[in-house]
Amino acid sequence: MENLQAEIPRAGERRRLGLAKGAGLYLGRYWQLYAMLALPMLYFIVFKYGPMYGVTIAFKDFNLFQGISKSPWIGLETFRSIFKMDSFYLALRNTFMLNFLDLVFSFPAPILLAVMLNELRGAAFKKISQTILYLPHFISWVIIGGIVYQVFATNTGMVNLFLERFGLGPFPFLSDKYYWLFTYLGTGIWQSAGWGTIIYLAAMTAINKELYEAAEVDGAGRLARIWHITLPGIRSTIVVLLVLKLGEMVQIGFERPFVIGNVTVSEFSEVLSTFVYKMGMETGEYSVATAVGFFQAVVGLVFILTSNYISKKTTDEGII
Amino acid sequence: MNAKLGNRLFDGLNYLLLSLCVLLCLAPFLHIVAVSLSSNGPIMSGAVTLFPVDLNFEAYNRVFSDLTMLRSLGLTVGLTVGFTVLCMVMTICAAYPLTKTELKGRKIAMYLIVFTMFFSGGIIPEYILIKQLHLVNSLWSLVLPLLVNPFYLIILITFFNSIPKSLEESAELDGCSHFGTLVRIILPLSMPAVATLSLFYAVNRWNGFMDTLFYITDTNLYPLQLKLYQLIMNSMMTDQMQMEGAQIIQVLPESLKAASIVFATVPILIVYPWLQRYFVSGIMLGSVKG
Repeated sequence: MENLQAEIPRAGERRRLGLAKGAGLYLGRYWQLYAMLALPMLYFIVFKYGPMYGVTIAFKDFNLFQGISKSPWIGLETFRSIFKMDSFYLALRNTFMLNFLDLVFSFPAPILLAVMLNELRGAAFKKISQTILYLPHFISWVIIGGIVYQVFATNTGMVNLFLERFGLGPFPFLSDKYYWLFTYLGTGIWQSAGWGTIIYLAAMTAINKELYEAAEVDGAGRLARIWHITLPGIRSTIVVLLVLKLGEMVQIGFERPFVIGNVTVSEFSEVLSTFVYKMGMETGEYSVATAVGFFQAVVGLVFILTSNYISKKTTDEGII
Repeated sequence: MNAKLGNRLFDGLNYLLLSLCVLLCLAPFLHIVAVSLSSNGPIMSGAVTLFPVDLNFEAYNRVFSDLTMLRSLGLTVGLTVGFTVLCMVMTICAAYPLTKTELKGRKIAMYLIVFTMFFSGGIIPEYILIKQLHLVNSLWSLVLPLLVNPFYLIILITFFNSIPKSLEESAELDGCSHFGTLVRIILPLSMPAVATLSLFYAVNRWNGFMDTLFYITDTNLYPLQLKLYQLIMNSMMTDQMQMEGAQIIQVLPESLKAASIVFATVPILIVYPWLQRYFVSGIMLGSVKG
């Protein structure tokens, strides 16, 4: 409606003043908005679309001195060589594996925590515990990496010291690949579970309080109320987040596997993002690294679009 | 009576488990602080867990007398402040025009922006771009590529849209320009959103590490996270530090690393309580669909 009303006088003006003058009027009225938008759009074009043009080096025999445009095209040669690399499949497998394990173990953690927080009556304790639980989210991965290496160290680390008191260990949390998986997953939960509760707690505040009262009258215990009211109340939030998580199966952040991983566990810790870093920044194989990144971006896009489609079908909510 | 007992049992267990979770969150920090404050003997023999044993400030003495560390801290503070201001100006400048549905080209701009959320050139083409712009070893390489975060932009657009249109219209009738309306009407009403997004930008820059690893090789320009990474992961640096100077009082690398970690974490802990109320509301803003 609003649009229509705005359209009508402008159309009239145009007929009266002629197209050129109409355009002049329009610009006279809106130039400030275009001026504001100019720099941010320039940013997107240079720093977001510029690298997209740079992707062409995945199809070229790139050489830094010749630059992107002058390097010769070689078609799919780079991709062929990647698909022959064992290290590529290892990184691909690990990316899926770590993401999948994260989904299984880290995804339920904030839901559980949020339910527990939601059941608290004391406002003071709730506030304090939330403050502390959110905190790890604001610590950088470098610092977390440093902390992990100190806490899980075999001789002086706190975890092994505790375990030794119970006559267990020491466990090679950082140097044995299977133990390392535990370290990686545990660290992820530690860093993000508290922060993840925010969105579930928000969804819980939208649940009608009368439902709880009615259930209590009917004699439902606390667990029954959680199972039959709280969890169904946040179901759509859970589904949306789950589906979106599935959409990010090939995307993996660089910093977490990079700082927690190490040479002794590279069989599990080498993922696509660290593989690209090593290929590009350390070995200087720019074309190979770009091709792997491009592969990841395309597969990632397919995953995200698919999961978004599923999310829209099932819950009417999605990100696009 | 039975139901009441069950209730109490549930509450008790809930408090217990949550306290345990809270303790688990804090324990690693306590351990680091304990190690940074303990003497070598107890650390080596494995006597230090959550509390310092045989108090010793030598590690902090070392950190604070390390000028490169202080320089990294100062540089990161300045970088974070400058970055946040620039990012907010750019994000606001982008968000306001994009709320105007009658603006021609708005949809195209939106598509261009949203597409970048789902597809990117990847880190190597980005690195090559930075290199070709001669921004390697310039602090601009840590600012320019991150000027507008599309997620935050959409949050801000959503927030601007929630402000009643009639306010803007009356301002325009009174002869206010678009720019004037933004500065005098919209922004004062958007302070919660602006504060939240500033916080998010600032935290991202403060904690950002990957781009510093890629773009900064000059040790004089090391931001704190990169400095820490070198210190924590490459024990070479600590060996070097230990060889320096005549007043060699042995400090264990563990202790020195722990002190550096505390040194880099304390600034966040200081500002954290003031920021908390903002970021919770920020997440809520973010969960509102645009």
